[in-house]
Amino acid sequence: MWTFVHKMGSPPWFYRFATIVIRWLLPTVLLALLAGSVWGLLYAPPDFRQGNSYRIIYIHVPAAVVALAGYYVMAIAGLVSLVWKIKMADTAMRAVAPVGAALTFVALVTGAIWGKPTWGAWWVWDARITSMLILFFLYLGVMALFEAYDDKAAAAKACAVLSLVGTVNIPIIYKSVDWWYSLHQPASIKFTGESAIDASMLYPLLLMIGAFYGLFALLVLLNMKAELLGTHRQSAWLRSELR
Amino acid sequence: MYFESAAAVWHMEGHGPYVWAAYGITALVIILMLVMPLLRSRQMSRAIHTEERRRDLAQGRTSEEGQHAPEA
Repeated sequence: MWTFVHKMGSPPWFYRFATIVIRWLLPTVLLALLAGSVWGLLYAPPDFRQGNSYRIIYIHVPAAVVALAGYYVMAIAGLVSLVWKIKMADTAMRAVAPVGAALTFVALVTGAIWGKPTWGAWWVWDARITSMLILFFLYLGVMALFEAYDDKAAAAKACAVLSLVGTVNIPIIYKSVDWWYSLHQPASIKFTGESAIDASMLYPLLLMIGAFYGLFALLVLLNMKAELLGTHRQSAWLRSELR
Repeated sequence: MYFESAAAVWHMEGHGPYVWAAYGITALVIILMLVMPLLRSRQMSRAIHTEERRRDLAQGRTSEEGQHAPEA
């Protein structure tokens, strides 16, 4: 286990590892996304109260779930980079930020589109939605903060601190539907006890959540590879890798 | 399949525009997020290749020049 963690910190090893993983992950993720979408759009039954608009759930929920989980990944990478000064951890932290921002954007936009026929409004300043918007700004903040510094080591440190401070927001998002009176519906899937969703709707949703986790991993690896190509331009190992 | 025709799939009992817009925007974002790092990687590796070729060329030339150049 520790040797694996150690290897992850080595750019040449990681570059090779990422190349192999991407080769498998790319077709798998695309296939899963396609299958899940077709299942959710065409084969799952409509909701008895919301009708067909609920089909947006198959992208809205996975995007939101992974955007939240992704924040933890970014914050943990930030912590590792602060404490152990591992360069790869900062590369990972910066690779997560745009992916998380994109997923949060998807969750917000699909939520707005779903809100119109369901609640009658594109946007409401509801606890869940507002805290998701803050998540979006946190991701953008990490990206902008890194660009704002000329000294990249200081930039990475500042980004790590921002991402760690921002973790306060995550439990607030999770609990927002319970703590405040909210238009947003509470979670339908529970790890403990019966889910409030029928199996015919649940299975495509689980498939899509899995596909979005895969997509997240894929996009982060692609970003990290691109970053390594930039920063290790002069390295002999990269030149031999590209030959 | 739940729907009876392609038109019914498109219309979704009035919710079609919402559902398809949501899926369309998501697909667009995913494609963009996939293509951007791939393009960046390709650009980078191409830059590395040209730089290497230039360096090889420069090295070849200096060694030749070294042979012909009078000793200082």
